[in-house]
Amino acid sequence: MNNEKSIIFTDNSKIVIEALTQAGADVFIGYPITPANLLYHYASKRFSVFMAAPDEITTLQWMAGFSAVGKISVTATSFPGFALMIESINMAYMMELPMVIILVQRLGPATGTATTGAQGDLLLLNGMISGGMSVATFNFSDELDCWNISAKAIEFAVKHRTPVVILTSKEEMMTKKSMDINLLPAILKYEREFYNSDENYISYKPEKNLVPAFLPLGNEKHQVRITASTHNMKGIIQNSTVEAMNNSKRLHFKNFRNIEDYTFYELDEVPGANTIIVSYGITSHSAKEAVINLRNDGKKISHLIAKTLLPVPQKYYEILSNYKTIVVAEENLTGQYQQILFGSKPDTNIISITEFGKMISPAAIIKQVSNYV
Amino acid sequence: MFRKFLEEGELPYCKGCGHSLVANNIDLALQKNNYSLLDLIVVTDIGCHGIIDKSFKTHTIHGLHGRSVALASGISAGINNPKKKVIALVGDGGATIGMQHIIDAAHNNFDITVIVHNNMLYGMTGGQPSEFTPYGFKTTTTPEGMKRAGYDICSMATTAGAKFVSRVIGTTDFSDVLAKAFATKGFSLVEVMEICPSYGVKANPGMKLKNIVEEAGLEIKNFVDKESDSYQAEIRTDLKSLFNDYDKIPVKYKSDINSPVNILISGSAGEGVQSAAEIFAKAAVSSGLNVSKKGNYPVTVGVGFSSSDIIISPNEILFTGTKDPDVIIITSKDGLDYSSSTVKSSSNAIIFCDSSLTLPETNAKVIKFDFRNKVPVKNVSLYALLYYLNYSKIFPLDALLENLKSDKLIAKLDLNKLLDFSLN
Ligand code: SF4
Repeated sequence: MNNEKSIIFTDNSKIVIEALTQAGADVFIGYPITPANLLYHYASKRFSVFMAAPDEITTLQWMAGFSAVGKISVTATSFPGFALMIESINMAYMMELPMVIILVQRLGPATGTATTGAQGDLLLLNGMISGGMSVATFNFSDELDCWNISAKAIEFAVKHRTPVVILTSKEEMMTKKSMDINLLPAILKYEREFYNSDENYISYKPEKNLVPAFLPLGNEKHQVRITASTHNMKGIIQNSTVEAMNNSKRLHFKNFRNIEDYTFYELDEVPGANTIIVSYGITSHSAKEAVINLRNDGKKISHLIAKTLLPVPQKYYEILSNYKTIVVAEENLTGQYQQILFGSKPDTNIISITEFGKMISPAAIIKQVSNYV
Repeated sequence: MFRKFLEEGELPYCKGCGHSLVANNIDLALQKNNYSLLDLIVVTDIGCHGIIDKSFKTHTIHGLHGRSVALASGISAGINNPKKKVIALVGDGGATIGMQHIIDAAHNNFDITVIVHNNMLYGMTGGQPSEFTPYGFKTTTTPEGMKRAGYDICSMATTAGAKFVSRVIGTTDFSDVLAKAFATKGFSLVEVMEICPSYGVKANPGMKLKNIVEEAGLEIKNFVDKESDSYQAEIRTDLKSLFNDYDKIPVKYKSDINSPVNILISGSAGEGVQSAAEIFAKAAVSSGLNVSKKGNYPVTVGVGFSSSDIIISPNEILFTGTKDPDVIIITSKDGLDYSSSTVKSSSNAIIFCDSSLTLPETNAKVIKFDFRNKVPVKNVSLYALLYYLNYSKIFPLDALLENLKSDKLIAKLDLNKLLDFSLN
């Protein structure tokens, strides 16, 4: 970093792709879909291997193939494509194959409006692994996050042998902004470790942090068994044996435990505030602007921007327990993160600000929050 | 028979199931080709055949129903090593649900061998028909016999570009055919015709596999046998950062504005709205301002409206959603249709509008100008923005001109015309 400014005018898609490759991602496989097309476009210029798949199921299967032989694969899609990927994401999850899937949200249901942003897919992510297991899900609040968290997503995926989702949206990936690239810190390529003992390799024997050591399929030294069906540590299909059940449960606890070190958030607190706004992704901009305005009016208000969304970091509850009123702002019909955090019948001190089909404006947040501060 | 690649002992199938014969023939064929254990990656699908992976001493990977060929394709492309042999096993059920993967893998010529275990029904789920079930063949849910023919996967794979394709009857030693397939560079496929003793035989008592295959018109032969190269993943090493010096915008100018200005320019596709907005935005950046810009247009980008929201601000820009614009620039009928509700509701805005257009009632200040007649319409957006800049002086006109001069557009522009803001 130097003190001089280097201003560029860019969309965040460029920042994300550059960060992912610098962090060590080697392969991008994708199928074009709005509003993920810029990511696809930049990836075609920047990844050492770029492959255009004929559909999103194939995309995920090819990614799993690359991942199984030791590569780090990435894709970007939107809900319609993501929906096709879900079974294969479950496969990669069960096989414990690292990869990053960028989900650029747009307005649903179904094909909805491809060019309108949204934050409508979080509940889907929360329940997409059959069995109720969690998938690490990160999102961005600004350009700097696009840079730092993209790199961290690669690190999390590889270090913990798991698919990771980056949740973002049309507005975040397509709007261009001026920014100083000198503010972006250097990204160190994540140096991956492979199993290197002479002892027989056991594909799913948990090591440090519940993560099994990784060895690529096709290596010259040890047999590798990978499977998506319920299996024992050796990767042999089993019915519900204790060992197999423990293995499946481990997949959840692996993420749940290790997310602590990857809990990214921004907490802007003022002493004496009883009310806190919780925001994530695109709504964080509005919330920030609302907070500035409210404070200018002498209101005491705090703000938590959640960047690690799932599994829900326990730290958030610690923070929120200090507040009487919690306002969760998000761009979907029913308040998805609010439901994940507090259930579908929350206490009366939990306030949900939602919007469907357009961004939540700072004015809308100010109006609601003014009732409590 | 001596096994090298399979564990000793019984294979995990029902007694008399053809899948055992397929597995043993695979072992034999691999021995004929002198592979060693860890040269092999066996990819299995869902279905009875798929439980074989625990019996292989090679690398194994067991995935989803119908996807083994796609997974094998990814593995092969990823490993990119002709010494390694990737074999995808699939049933007729998997080949039904994953047909596109087979066609696609043949088309791309991935270096894999696909073995289709075609026993003409779904064994694992109770004997239901697949798309491969031949005409007249009975299954548990079609006791009267199938009313249409099954797929001929061999012809399809051949058409898609496979390099070696063969159909065999799975009752004898066909290891030579498999050995040939394994030795093929690029995509190869062997379809093994079988009958499932547990469901197929029961539903079709007395029927001989050979006769069924014959009646279905499924030829037992090599469909194609070609020398070729196989798919090679292109691994690029000459990659550069997406941030290059060319993209850096030096701040050379100054602006006096002290609060944000939201600008909406709304015109027609093909009239340069997006490129003009981009140049304008960059010029604002070179004047030391923070800038955001986004485009709106229908999915068919070549017709209809095209608009851009630009925010320029001396402060950090947070919310980039729609606020009431301070400035609305409308250069065409499409642009007016798109922005007319904004025009109606804007009372504090200033609107620059082509003289030919009739605006809806508005409290905003309106300035009409003959944008469309003064310059070729493909430059009308740029001209309107220049006009606005000249009028407002929110940053120096020179900033825009400099950015314009470094843009490839400049060759096609008549600057004199673009800078002529006189009324006639
Ligand atoms: S059900 Fe049919 S296909 Fe499956 S193992 Fe038994 S005989 Fe073979």
